[in-house]
Amino acid sequence: MSRQAILLGLLLAAFALAPLVAGPYLLSVLVVVMYFAYVGQAWNIMMGFAGQLSLGHTLYVGLGAYTAAALFVHLGVPAALGLFAAAAAAVAVGGVIGALGFRFGVKGVYFALLTIAFAEFTRILFEHIPGLGGPAGLFLPVGDRGGIDLIHLRGHPLMFYYLILAMTVGIFLLCRRLVRSRLGYTWLAVREDQEAAAALGINVFRAKLTAVMLSAGLTALGGVFFAFYYNNLFPNQAFSMNRSIEIILAPIVGGLGTLFGPILGALILTPLGELITMATEAMGFKAAGIKQLCYGLSLLAIVKFLPDGVWPWLRTRLGLEPDAGGEGES
Amino acid sequence: MSAAPLLLVEGLVKNFRGLRAVDGVTFSVNAGEVVALIGPNGAGKTTVFNMIAGVFQPDGGRVELEGASLVGLRPDQVCRAGVGRTFQLVKPFGNISVEENVLIGALRWTHDVAQARRRAREVLDLLGLADKRRQMARSLTLPDRKCLEVARALATGPKLLLLDEVMAGLRPAETDRMVETFRKLNRESGLTIVLIEHVMRAVMALSQRVVVINSGKPVCEGVPEEVVRDPRVLDCYLGQEKL
Ligand SMILES: Nc1ncnc2c1ncn2[C@@H]1O[C@H](COP(=O)(O)OP(=O)(O)OP(=O)(O)O)[C@@H](O)[C@H]1O
Ligand SMILES: [Mg+2]
Repeated sequence: MSRQAILLGLLLAAFALAPLVAGPYLLSVLVVVMYFAYVGQAWNIMMGFAGQLSLGHTLYVGLGAYTAAALFVHLGVPAALGLFAAAAAAVAVGGVIGALGFRFGVKGVYFALLTIAFAEFTRILFEHIPGLGGPAGLFLPVGDRGGIDLIHLRGHPLMFYYLILAMTVGIFLLCRRLVRSRLGYTWLAVREDQEAAAALGINVFRAKLTAVMLSAGLTALGGVFFAFYYNNLFPNQAFSMNRSIEIILAPIVGGLGTLFGPILGALILTPLGELITMATEAMGFKAAGIKQLCYGLSLLAIVKFLPDGVWPWLRTRLGLEPDAGGEGES
Repeated sequence: MSAAPLLLVEGLVKNFRGLRAVDGVTFSVNAGEVVALIGPNGAGKTTVFNMIAGVFQPDGGRVELEGASLVGLRPDQVCRAGVGRTFQLVKPFGNISVEENVLIGALRWTHDVAQARRRAREVLDLLGLADKRRQMARSLTLPDRKCLEVARALATGPKLLLLDEVMAGLRPAETDRMVETFRKLNRESGLTIVLIEHVMRAVMALSQRVVVINSGKPVCEGVPEEVVRDPRVLDCYLGQEKL
């Protein structure tokens, strides 16, 4: 067994056993850690593997969340079914954005702007759909918080804890498979140099489109979790630029295009954010945006001192092999 | 009537705004041949390659592979039709390993990553890059990057290989070694090669036929020994340089 696998096993064991010792507050923080590890991993497929920057990724979280929630609230469709609709909606919208952008050669920063525009547009659209609660929000009826109902995704906080743990493990394994697959190598080639990729027979348009659609679909599943865990959705939060930035911080801090990066990044950033919030509250001043400011500063520090992210640096320190899939030795 | 040549280029024209970069270039390459395309800087050689490879659409003329037109195809479609090419300005996939660079080339014809990896190792062996296979491509020296360009294109399993100045900047011994590699490939697997090259040592040693262009226009064509003595070639190209 590789040291990589041992590390992963230890981490998994720690998370699996945490509820034995941790109180409700710590568990709720760990849920947020895993949630950001999950959506960060999903975003990383697009940016880290295929090199396509999405700055409006909360669009897919919001679409997934609203789709599954609205189906549940209005039609009583259980989450276990609603998630398919949620993923399908996000895949479709991701496909449209990708097709538009890539067909007309919108690249790099301009593509990123396009993703922001779509997220903003959707926010405004959703504020005007009465069935979705408009700006006043959409609320899911809170059921029995003692039970465990995975089909309707109603129940005890521990159920959500283990669900997001399973999702995070699942997406990690999926991404690990992907980077070692033909499709994964195709993405890496496109990320590194599109012209060279095309010269090797790679259909660049299709490669980018599959990355966007897969990333969108997986992100939407994170949105379903979000909706049923928090039970309320507001367009100006669900589709806000802030949320999009939060999604991308963990993989950037942890290490773009690496498998551990999003996990490590979330493990660093979420507790950091909590500490900052607690500290400012304890000191008795309310400074809106202080958390964002600290996030920004830590991001600056990362870009300055560990431009490849924390994980590539830590990996070398621990003497571990690269994750494979485009992580050769320097 | 003989069968169609492997590559046919006829009356090729390309304009860049005011400039006519390629103007009526015509040549054909039979299967199994090694043909050199030479000419002074800015003659339009790379532009001809780019039109064959689908990077630029020609403004006129024909490009055919085994009788089927390549005009209008995208670069990836041209590659899948059997044309491998290298870039004069090398384009390595910098942040992945040398082996993975070549493996991606081999994925053109196989979906099996393990098989692609095996092929990548063979190709790297052939080109003398085997001991660097685990390095990141961005850490290679320029001669090694040129070599990697060739390895990647070769791994796609082309019928026709377009080489754009892959021997520029190599030491004479390295040039000879690469020439030997191409000869071997040509002899043993019948690989057809069109090479753009300023290194006359390589052109003379490798090519069976030479096509000369200048200012986008065809100058002459023939066996290497004749071409280098042709007054028109001496006038526009070789006269100014060595020889
Ligand atoms: N994309 C482009 N846009 C505008 N002009 C171009 C472009 N590509 C090439 N040219 C021009 O076309 C002419 C031919 O260029 P090309 O690169 O084909 O020459 P070459 O024969 O390959 O030269 P070299 O030996 O220096 O590589 C040059 O004048 C060049 O400036
Ligand atoms: Mg050139």
